[in-house]
Amino acid sequence: MNIAVVDYGMGNLRSVSKALEHVAPDHTVVVTSDPQQIADAERVVFPGQGAMPDCIRELDTRGLRQVVIEATKQKPFLGICIGLQMLFERSEEGGAAGLGVFAGTVKRFAQADMHDAQGQKLKVPHMGWNQVEQAMTHPLWQNIANHDRFYYVHSYYVCPADAAMVAGETSYPEPFTCAIAKDNLFAVQFHPEKSAQAGLQLLRNFVHWQP
Amino acid sequence: MGLAKRIIPCLDVTDGRVVKGVNFLELRDAGDPVEIAQRYNDQGADELTFLDITASSDNRDLILHIIEEVASQVFIPLTVGGGVRQVEDVRRLLNAGADKVSINTTAVLNPKMVEDAAGRFGSQCIVVAIDAKKVDNQPFEWEVFTHGGRKPTGLDAVKWAQHMVSLGAGELLVTSMDRDGTKIGFNNPLNRAISDAVDVPLIASGGVGNLQHLVEGVTLGGADAVLAASIFHYGEYTVQQAKAYMYQHGIEVR
Repeated sequence: MNIAVVDYGMGNLRSVSKALEHVAPDHTVVVTSDPQQIADAERVVFPGQGAMPDCIRELDTRGLRQVVIEATKQKPFLGICIGLQMLFERSEEGGAAGLGVFAGTVKRFAQADMHDAQGQKLKVPHMGWNQVEQAMTHPLWQNIANHDRFYYVHSYYVCPADAAMVAGETSYPEPFTCAIAKDNLFAVQFHPEKSAQAGLQLLRNFVHWQP
Repeated sequence: MGLAKRIIPCLDVTDGRVVKGVNFLELRDAGDPVEIAQRYNDQGADELTFLDITASSDNRDLILHIIEEVASQVFIPLTVGGGVRQVEDVRRLLNAGADKVSINTTAVLNPKMVEDAAGRFGSQCIVVAIDAKKVDNQPFEWEVFTHGGRKPTGLDAVKWAQHMVSLGAGELLVTSMDRDGTKIGFNNPLNRAISDAVDVPLIASGGVGNLQHLVEGVTLGGADAVLAASIFHYGEYTVQQAKAYMYQHGIEVR
């Protein structure tokens, strides 16, 4: 079975592909910017890092917009970080338009007045290990304890219009959507490929997922 | 429930080997990099930092193999620092599997490099390392030093930190040169001053001798993460013990 990791030139996808290879030794993981390979793959992973406007531009430069949008509707699809954010209509980051697969926007943490329970200033980017409150039962949460910690590094978060697609929430300090699920699609704000056992379990669940 | 404070063991690398010093002089092979990284991972380390202390630039690429090996088997964030001079160095380290690259002396010599690297790869992977020392010959309290603490720069560490963040640093690694190797604790006033002056996370480094120092790094110094080398390498404490101690003292840990 082929798992395609969509490569649109925005940074290092080695971590993602290595983690997938680790949990799916019997599968072929291809890091690719070839639309045909993405169309032919049985599963698609859509990662992303950096700034969303750059990600969208690079995606378009490589002619990958259409094949990614089609994949979101057709086969097991996992979005990671900016790969989650790009699925929505618009981001506050550079006013960028997203792919518009789902209704909703991407907002920045309101830096100035964020404090934790001890009154310490909360930093942006939100960087480190935070707890995920699972908002629904889902095959991708299988064997992952509710409130397990995953590794985050981001300054923006998604606000889906449809609350029914929220699969997980994390607090910083207010709850934000950290995972969404819809039919064959699952997408997360954290980095499963950097989240030790919990992250590897999520990737393993994705590899075996039959939506 | 919230973001955990991170504990980051720091590993020294020279000529492609992970080493540890004996009496601060003789460097001894510390063992297989993947095994060491795996051990810290199993103990619950939140990240790992590799510091390249290779003297000769000829051998500096050897760290790439270590990072490649570790990154294919240990799935937590990896930071690499030491000898990072050009945007191209950042690219190669990221491609080898580093998640973040730490820039120290070059940030002072060529601040534009920080801006270029952050612009190209994103702030999330650019850590600026600041070595600071308390001084009494300047109109400010802490001065930035380079070249392993040997060269004064005339820069105010707090203002410098703010400048680096404005150029795109996504995180700061602050080492107190007064405290490094002393085991008397972090320089918490320095860390607090910088942490309060910037919005990005701060990693405290230099001076850890016991677990209470880690707690104080967070509570007094305002650090978002604490970095330590010797207390973990010589088996004085495990990362697990450090976390248990921090947790008992009201600090959120993973």
